[in-house]
Amino acid sequence: MEKLSNRSKLVVNKEMSFKERIYLPAILKGMSITLKHFFKPAATVKYPEQTRPMSSIYRGQHVLKRDEDGKERCTACGLCAVACPAEAITMVAAEREKGEEHLYREEKYASTYEINMLRCIFCGLCEEACPKQAIFLTDRIVDAEFGRAEFIYGKDKLVEPVDERVDISQRQIWSYNNENA
Amino acid sequence: MDAALLIEKSVFVLILTAITLGMAAYMTYGERKIAAFFQDRIGPDRAGPFGVLQPLADAGKLFFKEELIPKNSERWMFILGPGLAMVTACITSAVIPWGDTLPIGDRLVSLQVADINIGVLYIVGIVSIGVYGIMIGGWASNNKYSLFGAIRASAQMISYELSMGLALIAVIMMSGTLSLKEIVEQQQGLNWNIWYQPLGFIIFFTCALAECNRAPFDMAECETELIGGYNVEYSSMKLGFYLFAEYINMFVSSALMATVYLGGYNFPGLDLIANPTLLAVAQIAVMFAKVIFFIFVFMWIRWTLPRFRYDQLMHLGWKGLIPLAIVNMLLTGAVMLFLA
Repeated sequence: MEKLSNRSKLVVNKEMSFKERIYLPAILKGMSITLKHFFKPAATVKYPEQTRPMSSIYRGQHVLKRDEDGKERCTACGLCAVACPAEAITMVAAEREKGEEHLYREEKYASTYEINMLRCIFCGLCEEACPKQAIFLTDRIVDAEFGRAEFIYGKDKLVEPVDERVDISQRQIWSYNNENA
Repeated sequence: MDAALLIEKSVFVLILTAITLGMAAYMTYGERKIAAFFQDRIGPDRAGPFGVLQPLADAGKLFFKEELIPKNSERWMFILGPGLAMVTACITSAVIPWGDTLPIGDRLVSLQVADINIGVLYIVGIVSIGVYGIMIGGWASNNKYSLFGAIRASAQMISYELSMGLALIAVIMMSGTLSLKEIVEQQQGLNWNIWYQPLGFIIFFTCALAECNRAPFDMAECETELIGGYNVEYSSMKLGFYLFAEYINMFVSSALMATVYLGGYNFPGLDLIANPTLLAVAQIAVMFAKVIFFIFVFMWIRWTLPRFRYDQLMHLGWKGLIPLAIVNMLLTGAVMLFLA
């Protein structure tokens, strides 16, 4: 059989030699290995104070975008939910009433839009499926919670606030480059 | 016995107990830090600078935890177990000389609680009583895992006490005394027993690991097999006492090894210090340096070696160490008879 690495050792069930039976050389060898690690710098990243460098196109918590006038882009077509391999997305569509034109861009909108963050695998297929450029993944990390129910993010958490837009330009550039490659 | 001596001894005992407990507390911190360094981590660093307040936080947590005594347990035995473990651990250090004498005023204060002429015997005796703490606790819990742990612990300790005693006998034959103070005084400068008894030292060290229930001989606890062993049913400060007693035992056995094999408070060059107060301080510092070195080696071994299997442990104890210790004893005797 072909060897996968040159680190494998042939195991023989032979009698242990005297050197092996007194264990001490092996113990000293092991202790020298651990001592080497004693003086190695720690690999720890002290998380809240330090963060590891993150890709600008990191696929983290989703955002539902508004357009330039602050209207929600999502039209509740359901393509993201269809594309989702983890079946994490559910939504209920509703018709835009008179006087709501400043809230929703098209006549149809999502009255509820929920993503189960425990089911989501952050693959980004919803983003690719969206014909209205309404959903994007961002470099924000989904917070830890105490209960499972709290991981089902509704529109209150997903839609970006009007005065606090989430920057997704990096991902747009990336997907543009990908499509034209 | 005059009143001054009584006061002097009481104060010394109090200080020694406080130091022992403090050492044990900070050994838990040291253990975690050292483990972290060996595994390329940084260890506890949140409580205080570099995490130095971690032992306080741990002790506070243990104090305020719910005290649970199982319904089926033997109530008083259950309470007696950790107490006994703690008491035996604490009283062992009574015969260990931490230094020669410290002059305070016109008195010479001995830096040893009791210089009894059977010091080595006393320690061996107390250590074997220490098994009862674990045995009683494990039995009284009325839980099969804790009983397994207790039985393993007592079998292991009884087996290893034999070779420990045999290793000590070789030293006692050489020094001709059972008093630890005299044993130390015979090891002036670098004239340490370890140069004459290297085999005995290795045997004693191995047995000390086993006696303290430290890895690779931590059969009594054995998390992976016995979910904690003899202390499964314990919670709150009773558990704390067991864990603490283990660290105190480690401290005392390090001190004993330093005393018997590494010359105690002796170090080459110490006789040059003329000032007696300074000399006493230097002796204590040397002693503690040796103790801390041994504690470090204990922890180093723990984070290097995997646990022995139980039959391997017994095999090593009965078929390996005891014959070796007897050979060592006979060799010492032969050398003393024919070469001295």
